[in-house]
Amino acid sequence: MKAAAFDYIKPKALQDALSLLAEAGDDAQLIAGGQTLLATLNMRLSEPSVLIDITDLAELKGITLEGDHLRIGALVTHTEIEDSELIAKHAPLLKAAAPHIAHRAIRNLGTWGGSLAYGDPAAEWPACSLTLRATMIIQGPAGERRISADDFFIDLYTTSLEPDEILVATEIPLATSQEVFYFHELSRRHGDYAIAGLAALAQKQGDVLSQCAFTFFSVSSKPVMATKAQDLVNGQKLNEELIGKAVAAARAEIEALADITNSAEAKQHLIGVLLERGLKHMLASMR
Amino acid sequence: MSLKKPISMTVNGVLVNAEIEPRRHLVDFLREDLHLKGPHLGCEQGACGACTVKVNGQIIRGCLFLAVQANGTVVETIEGLTKSGALADLQESFMRHNAMQCGFCSSGMLLAAAELIEKQPKASREEVREWISGNYCRCTGYHSIVNAIVDVLEARAKGQKIKPVVAHA
Repeated sequence: MKAAAFDYIKPKALQDALSLLAEAGDDAQLIAGGQTLLATLNMRLSEPSVLIDITDLAELKGITLEGDHLRIGALVTHTEIEDSELIAKHAPLLKAAAPHIAHRAIRNLGTWGGSLAYGDPAAEWPACSLTLRATMIIQGPAGERRISADDFFIDLYTTSLEPDEILVATEIPLATSQEVFYFHELSRRHGDYAIAGLAALAQKQGDVLSQCAFTFFSVSSKPVMATKAQDLVNGQKLNEELIGKAVAAARAEIEALADITNSAEAKQHLIGVLLERGLKHMLASMR
Repeated sequence: MSLKKPISMTVNGVLVNAEIEPRRHLVDFLREDLHLKGPHLGCEQGACGACTVKVNGQIIRGCLFLAVQANGTVVETIEGLTKSGALADLQESFMRHNAMQCGFCSSGMLLAAAELIEKQPKASREEVREWISGNYCRCTGYHSIVNAIVDVLEARAKGQKIKPVVAHA
């Protein structure tokens, strides 16, 4: 199908983009990589009157090391993350996750910020940003505000972004030398949406994990952390018995929602499968 | 609202100027306005990869990119890349293996395979399958396509190029 008609503007400066967005109101739609938006336009699932192309905005570009954190601009593509040495060194979870996103031709255009702002519960970046305890940097008519990933994702395709705001960048604490992580998603075909996925991170000393973050995606209306499982594992000697308890806790605390092809029960089961594999992987990554 | 926008881009080495509706995506522009029928329009929602073209040196989905977004870029299609010889050994390998299936995906497959060879010259058979999964359309198997790509990877690793039997004009 063909998209309905719309106008197209490509501002050069962030302030201009914000003014255009304020003027056009709900009829406007920001476009960055457009890898979700174009499909919805082609299928006429959305019919904005104007697209505001933000890909010229310098403030939204690049991956930079700034003191104790990495700054990832909203316009950074999935491919840039996949190929970045800074990411490989300071946020290896993201490097591991990137190849799971769709396919290379889509990763070449799709953006970090677009994925976060869209808030798809099946997407990789919202889950990773939660696990990495990222901070979102947002610009609006009133200036800049910062919000933790934890408070950013509200519900299905719903974030705390206001219609007149633009996500500019994200700050991520640097990986420590004690950090272990696990990223995996279960899908029928590579590049498809996950049936269930896990982005896990912890600090490790001996065989004890602490500061655990186990975020599951594609199982609920937004990415969800298994906080009870995390609490069980934090600070305890990790062994088969504890892994069993954590798996049971995660299955009990997350209320999985069925999708078009997979039942809630199947997803509940896979939550446990992923956590068991993840904990065993993190235990084996001990040095 | 249907105001046309002026665009300018380099397509297969030629500067193209046009006025187009913003809603026109790149494959429609290439196929309908420039009569380049190499990139195919399959699902029009980013699933099949038949519309794969290169923009500024990277493969993209032509149906998920507007022609206005391509303003100022360098676009390459199977037509241009065939002429330049950039895909010659891949195309030869595809022919030797009869790696066509129905043929609808071929131009996209070739462009995707070329970027794989460039980015992951040591790709395993599994990695080849993973990479080209973005170009699976309605056929099945894809064995001969994987074989063709693996042959090129192996030849290039030895510093060789599979030479075309038929020279391209």
